[in-house]
Amino acid sequence: MIKGLGKWVDDRLPVSHFWNAHLAKYYVPYNFNFWYYFGSLLIVVFVLQIVTGIWLTMSYKPSAENAFASVEYIMRDVEWGWLLRYMHSTGATFFFIAVYLHIFRGMMYGSYKKPRELIWIFGVSILLVLMAEAFMGYLLPWGQMSYWGAQVIISLFSSVPVVGPDLALWIRGDYVISDATLNRFFALHVIALPLVLLFLIGGHVMALHEVGSNNPDGVEIKEHKDSSGKPVDGIPFHPYYTVKDLFGLGVFMFIFAVVLFYWPDGGGLVLEHPNFTPADPLKTPEHIAPVWYFAPHYAILRAVPDKFLGVLAMTVAILILFVLPWIDRNRIRSIRYRSTAFKVNLFAFAGAFIGLGYLGTQPPTALGTLSSQILSAVYFGFFIALFFISRRERTKPVPERLQ
Amino acid sequence: MADSPSNPARRRFLTGAATAVGAVGVGFAAVPFLSSFQPSAKAEAAGAPVDVNIGKLSPGQMTTVSWRGKPVFLVNRTERMLESLPELNDKVQDPESRVVDQQPSYASNIYRAREENKRYLVVVGICTHLGCAPTYRPEVAPEDLGQDWKGGFFCPCHGSKFDISGRVYKGVPAPTNLEVPQYVYLSEDIIRVGGTEEDAA
Amino acid sequence: MIRITFLMFLIGLLATPNAKAASSDYPLADAEVDLSDKAALYRGAQTFMGNCASCHSANMMRFSRIGEDLGLTDDQLAVLLPTQSHKPGDVIETNMPADYAKETFGIVPPDLTLTARVNGADWLYTYLVSFYEDPETLWGVNNAVFPLVSMPHVFAAQQGLKQPVYETTGEGEDARKKLVDLEPPARPGTMTEEAFEQKMKDLTAYMVYMSEPAALKRHQYGPYVLAFLFIFTLVMYLLKREYWRDIKH
Repeated sequence: MIKGLGKWVDDRLPVSHFWNAHLAKYYVPYNFNFWYYFGSLLIVVFVLQIVTGIWLTMSYKPSAENAFASVEYIMRDVEWGWLLRYMHSTGATFFFIAVYLHIFRGMMYGSYKKPRELIWIFGVSILLVLMAEAFMGYLLPWGQMSYWGAQVIISLFSSVPVVGPDLALWIRGDYVISDATLNRFFALHVIALPLVLLFLIGGHVMALHEVGSNNPDGVEIKEHKDSSGKPVDGIPFHPYYTVKDLFGLGVFMFIFAVVLFYWPDGGGLVLEHPNFTPADPLKTPEHIAPVWYFAPHYAILRAVPDKFLGVLAMTVAILILFVLPWIDRNRIRSIRYRSTAFKVNLFAFAGAFIGLGYLGTQPPTALGTLSSQILSAVYFGFFIALFFISRRERTKPVPERLQ
Repeated sequence: MADSPSNPARRRFLTGAATAVGAVGVGFAAVPFLSSFQPSAKAEAAGAPVDVNIGKLSPGQMTTVSWRGKPVFLVNRTERMLESLPELNDKVQDPESRVVDQQPSYASNIYRAREENKRYLVVVGICTHLGCAPTYRPEVAPEDLGQDWKGGFFCPCHGSKFDISGRVYKGVPAPTNLEVPQYVYLSEDIIRVGGTEEDAA
Repeated sequence: MIRITFLMFLIGLLATPNAKAASSDYPLADAEVDLSDKAALYRGAQTFMGNCASCHSANMMRFSRIGEDLGLTDDQLAVLLPTQSHKPGDVIETNMPADYAKETFGIVPPDLTLTARVNGADWLYTYLVSFYEDPETLWGVNNAVFPLVSMPHVFAAQQGLKQPVYETTGEGEDARKKLVDLEPPARPGTMTEEAFEQKMKDLTAYMVYMSEPAALKRHQYGPYVLAFLFIFTLVMYLLKREYWRDIKH
């Protein structure tokens, strides 16, 4: 009976085809390590943000007058509202943790190289839209940090030559951040950008499944197939990686729950303390720090003493990732078979990113600004150095098959 | 490469255990999402009992208060109105208020009120048909309602008729009597709509 | 205009040394908050209603929630209600008209629902016990962690007025008076120092609770969620190991 119904549907909808193409007969290298958990975890976090977001909109009021109080209403008066809200705020932080680790994985194992450039471009686009999504979401609680953070970031647009001030005015829809800004950010955060993200994630995964996954050895498993046409070093994603990813999901959710239940402020990183004061357009907080996942970019902005050049540097710092597949001219993918110079360069880049993240949350000092300048130089230096290193690199021999 | 399982029973058992644990997890995770649809503490606070002073209601007069956002009618009934009630017993559907959900047990009588204060009717002013608010028509035998009308409530939406105890007439669309809410006398003149005996103690 | 504002703002950001430290670097005392001590929270709630709520609102906190969370009886809860006509479902409002407050104190006393969450328990506790005599201010008192605070010392009768110890740095025109310590009051208050500090710790604990009532729920459910996720992860690990026996390389 159920089988018959299944067949009836399958004759009319490519259910089993989809299942086989993307799970049961999608062949993946067997040697995925720790770094390969984050892709599937990101899908879970994305769904979590969508679902908790839908529930939050049921009680949230997108108006300058009521927004702050409605968030506290969710935290206090709505049954389990505190859990929904903390899931969403903690989810934002874990989204970025997973995204940054996922990107670093791609850089280590050369996952952006031919034939996976388009996957990478989709991925960087996702990062960009995700940043916009997080930025707009951060205005919604309408606390002091929401307000002044948005004020500072939108003012960045006013530094664009010629059209800048009009552009900032157009984004805000008012002379300051106001009810109009809040309403449009709400619309964009809740429906527009999530839809864009959904399409980009779809493109990212489809492009991935077209060319197949890279792996820590950076070897193409499709080059060695058995008589039936399956890659000898490949295993079906389902059940092997579904069960493995479920285990990874368990560990991830455990850490997530520890933060949610015992440390929901994250020491001011997940929820910034001044944001528990309602937005006051007449009074700037003593120290404005961006939420941690924007801190590296903010530090780059502050490191440059000129306003427009600072904004330019910050923008380039993100956009340069798009051309990484063409900056790296070496054919060898994995860090395992690349030169010491490459390794040093990559880890210096990661260290600079973390260091900038720390500096971005701190109040500016002379020493801090100098450190930010040095680390920004390391950040950009990575791409320049990579361009030259990758041309003539002392690499190790790459094996034919997975090790 | 993938081989067939060395121990199929163990694999079945673990798959079953994982499915069970996953189902339990999804079940528990659904609880907060579903419970959040319940009235919030704010709604509950707004739905708290309402105290009404009926001391200034002259005989035959009605006052309306809002309780949980619903109109509640309080009527000081005249002797004539009370006398009309037994006469109407065979014209109304449920004269003794046997349908238990429509009133607290102490109002299951023809007055649909606490016996010791049967003059005062407390009733939710929402027609049991489709939720319109009935109008108060205390006059006897008006032109539009006919010779038999002894005073009561008339719903303008679909013509449902209720007597002065909120009992529904036979042959009208409304299925049951008007709802009598929980209420209690805090003193001779103060009624707490939504209150229970505990409040009066 | 916007560009100039922003530039000034950015320059301000770059030029200001640690802004937080500039406001006060007086050492904070440990508030020793224990949210599981319901009796202390109840004492703190009474202190709050008796002393703070006449000027400050806490208009996101419902009395009924306090009763529920602290396990109070109806009579215990009734003690907290300002008048008989207040209902348990009400939030903590103040009777002081905003105009009057503005005239008397120069500002409208802020809502205190979330104060503990903004400033932290230790800051709040230190603030409450660190008023000191300063004849140059409107109320004749100042505060070690909130210089030039507009609030009078509400507990002056109980605590007495602490005496400041200054240290002068610099010379001539650059000379600056810096508060380094507070000494016991010249005329002691009606409470011993220890009893007063305990009272303020209770008040702080209550305000920490008030700033996030959900903290009690978090601590209540947290262990069960973690225990479940531990079992979930363990079962998934065993399942993963079982399937991966197939993979031989």
